[in-house]
Amino acid sequence: MKELALMKGNEAIAEAAIRAGVDGYFGYPITPQSEVMEYLMLQKPEERTGMVVLQAESEVASINMVYGAAGTGKKVMTSSSSPGISLMQEGISYIAGAELPCLIVNVVRGGPGLGTIQPSQADYFQSTKGGGHGDYRLIVLAPASVQEMADYVDLGFELAFKYRNPALILTDGLIGQMMEKVELPAQKERTNKFDQSWVITGKTEDRERNIITSLNLVADLQYEHNLKLQEKYKKMEEDVMFEKIECDDAEFLLIAYGSSARICQKVVEIARGRGKKIGLLRPQTLFPFPTVAISKLARRVKGMMSVELSAGQMVEDVKLAVNGKVPVYHYGMLGGKIHSPEDVLSEVEDKFLGGY
Amino acid sequence: MDIKEIIRPDNLVYKRTPLLTDATLSYCPGCGHGTIHRLIMEVVEEMGIQSETIGIAPVGCSVLAYEFMDIDMSQAAHGRAPAVATGIKRLWEDKFVFTYQGDGDLAAIGTGETIHACNRGENITIFFVNNGIYGMTGGQMAPTTLEGMKSSTSPYGRNNKTMGPPIKITEMIAPLPGVHYVTRQAVHKPGPVRKSKKAIRKAFEVQKEKKGLSFIEFVSNCNSGWKMTPNDSNIWMEEHMFPFYPMGDIKVDGKLVK
Amino acid sequence: MTEEIIIAGFGGQGVLSMGKILAYSGMMQEQEVSWMPSYGPEMRGGTANVTVILSDDRVSSPVLQSYDSAILLNQQSVDKFESMVKPGGLIVYDPNGITRHPERNDIRIFQIEAAAEAARTKSPITTNMVVLGAFIKVNPVVDFENVIKGLRKSLPERHHHLIPKNEKAIQRGMEIVTEGKLTS
Repeated sequence: MKELALMKGNEAIAEAAIRAGVDGYFGYPITPQSEVMEYLMLQKPEERTGMVVLQAESEVASINMVYGAAGTGKKVMTSSSSPGISLMQEGISYIAGAELPCLIVNVVRGGPGLGTIQPSQADYFQSTKGGGHGDYRLIVLAPASVQEMADYVDLGFELAFKYRNPALILTDGLIGQMMEKVELPAQKERTNKFDQSWVITGKTEDRERNIITSLNLVADLQYEHNLKLQEKYKKMEEDVMFEKIECDDAEFLLIAYGSSARICQKVVEIARGRGKKIGLLRPQTLFPFPTVAISKLARRVKGMMSVELSAGQMVEDVKLAVNGKVPVYHYGMLGGKIHSPEDVLSEVEDKFLGGY
Repeated sequence: MDIKEIIRPDNLVYKRTPLLTDATLSYCPGCGHGTIHRLIMEVVEEMGIQSETIGIAPVGCSVLAYEFMDIDMSQAAHGRAPAVATGIKRLWEDKFVFTYQGDGDLAAIGTGETIHACNRGENITIFFVNNGIYGMTGGQMAPTTLEGMKSSTSPYGRNNKTMGPPIKITEMIAPLPGVHYVTRQAVHKPGPVRKSKKAIRKAFEVQKEKKGLSFIEFVSNCNSGWKMTPNDSNIWMEEHMFPFYPMGDIKVDGKLVK
Repeated sequence: MTEEIIIAGFGGQGVLSMGKILAYSGMMQEQEVSWMPSYGPEMRGGTANVTVILSDDRVSSPVLQSYDSAILLNQQSVDKFESMVKPGGLIVYDPNGITRHPERNDIRIFQIEAAAEAARTKSPITTNMVVLGAFIKVNPVVDFENVIKGLRKSLPERHHHLIPKNEKAIQRGMEIVTEGKLTS
């Protein structure tokens, strides 16, 4: 039987984590995502599933607790918001370098600096291009509803373990604070069926010792390691996810993810109501990015617009995919302000529909 | 007498623990790290806990500790070993988890993690090797560098007024309720080596009994960083380091003894 | 059918919880729902507003600039949201403390004397339920039965003894809501 609930996005992440059989959560409070740990603490997951939840002394400590625990092959996660995620970048780089699976949630708020607590999508570059030092990528999932917040927890772990790579749920205060109907996933057992040959749990006589490290002082070896990482990132393309809304006959295309995609759905509704052929491509994974799909669509639309709550970050990836075939524009609000469907529509009309 | 007659099991007075690998130690001749590595591995061997022990290597000279210890290990970012150990221990309560950290790692960049892991009473063991200098990066001033002591970033000697005095972090964490056992040891002579080994054993026993955090500071030398011969560095350590960082137990069975 | 509702007032007037009960009520009749609050410093006592969307289809944007209906509980909210109601839409507001009343001619305007009713019954805690009753009376997007079911889902178990009191307040709101424009 379906188990339905009305929940905030942040709460859905927490409930889904318990149900996904997550072993450990390590975090530090920051608005607008504190509900994740609050919900977990209230639920007594140590009684429900044996899951460990610990409030660390900082985001730096949180991500390093995740690093340590992830090395033991357990399912571990953390969540934070932009300034906290910036603090975690060193640890995330180590996790990527040591090839450890884990889940990180960034409920983005407006920056730079302490910024604001209102929603933003200005952490796109940080999330999809690495974020910390070195050539590495995270698997980046972009939920656009509370349902997807819940669903992407399990999906995130599946991909993280498939590739032995950190996965990031990139969302924002809007989806985090919003309540929607959500069908809760079934409770999974807290057992891990993934390959455990590499984990550190104590060396036994039947195997060599296992070492979790991102250090390789010999440049040749570090070079080989980097090539292997790049191969892995390339392979991730097979797991690209996106949704096409009214794209089949679209003359103009909006590209938007997460909260901005929700706003753009409304734009498409209104535009279609007025007989304008606008479509929406919504990336559900931002890394891997739906480059091929966008490239194909570029052959039959007249133009595209990347709509983001930023000064224009994803638009760069859209432009790379389109490769000059059609004009690509950016539209977006900055610093925690949110564009309304009407704002976007008037920009669309200005850029695309002037000649109608 | 033929050499083969001498090499016989019943003539054996000392052998290297098999828990040290065959890799050549990367430490400078005369450095205390090798001895401390050996003692820890001997204790792990004697307690028969190799399959239950996880070590955390820091950033510092012992960054490659996992090359020498034949146990499962995790490298950690600079200063973060206590957080990494916390993550592991919380999910594997019955394993033995230790960090191995230098003074810069534990008492400068990682002060927050050190204090909070101690305060939470994480049931782990922290081995803190204090040689009063950043050895790995070439002899810069450490949080534990003595007043007046020269380093590459305090070339005229540490000035307490402008650089702050050396920090006695071991005395700072000892009163925290989560901390069960704190001691300060050395490994420059056979006597101290024997005492150090007993302390290491005790630390692992504390962990076994789930009594809280155990913390051992080893005051050690850095003949390269101090720019001395190994022997001179040990004499200098006794004359200068020991008065400021006195040897002996600080907290035993959860009670301060000093 | 999609109904896009804005509820606005002072923090502490029960704006967010009213929206939550409305969203639960929509769920009880198998609709898709979304509840999006303004959040931040205003949580600590300033103005609060929440957008509630009930729909038979997937809900698109939770961020809106025009609404089918508005529930407005202070002057700032009337001033801010009156112009954002779609032509043919409606406003339900409490005239208590209002000096400039809604004045549009292309929407329906209703008053609910919820604050006065609360003062009369000495039950300020159910003020928002009186307003909710008024709203579902003049805009029956959710059935009364589903509101009660929604209330049951929304309230923690330990507060379930308060349900009859809330139910009565909703019914009272349904009775005393009046239509027509007021002038200052």
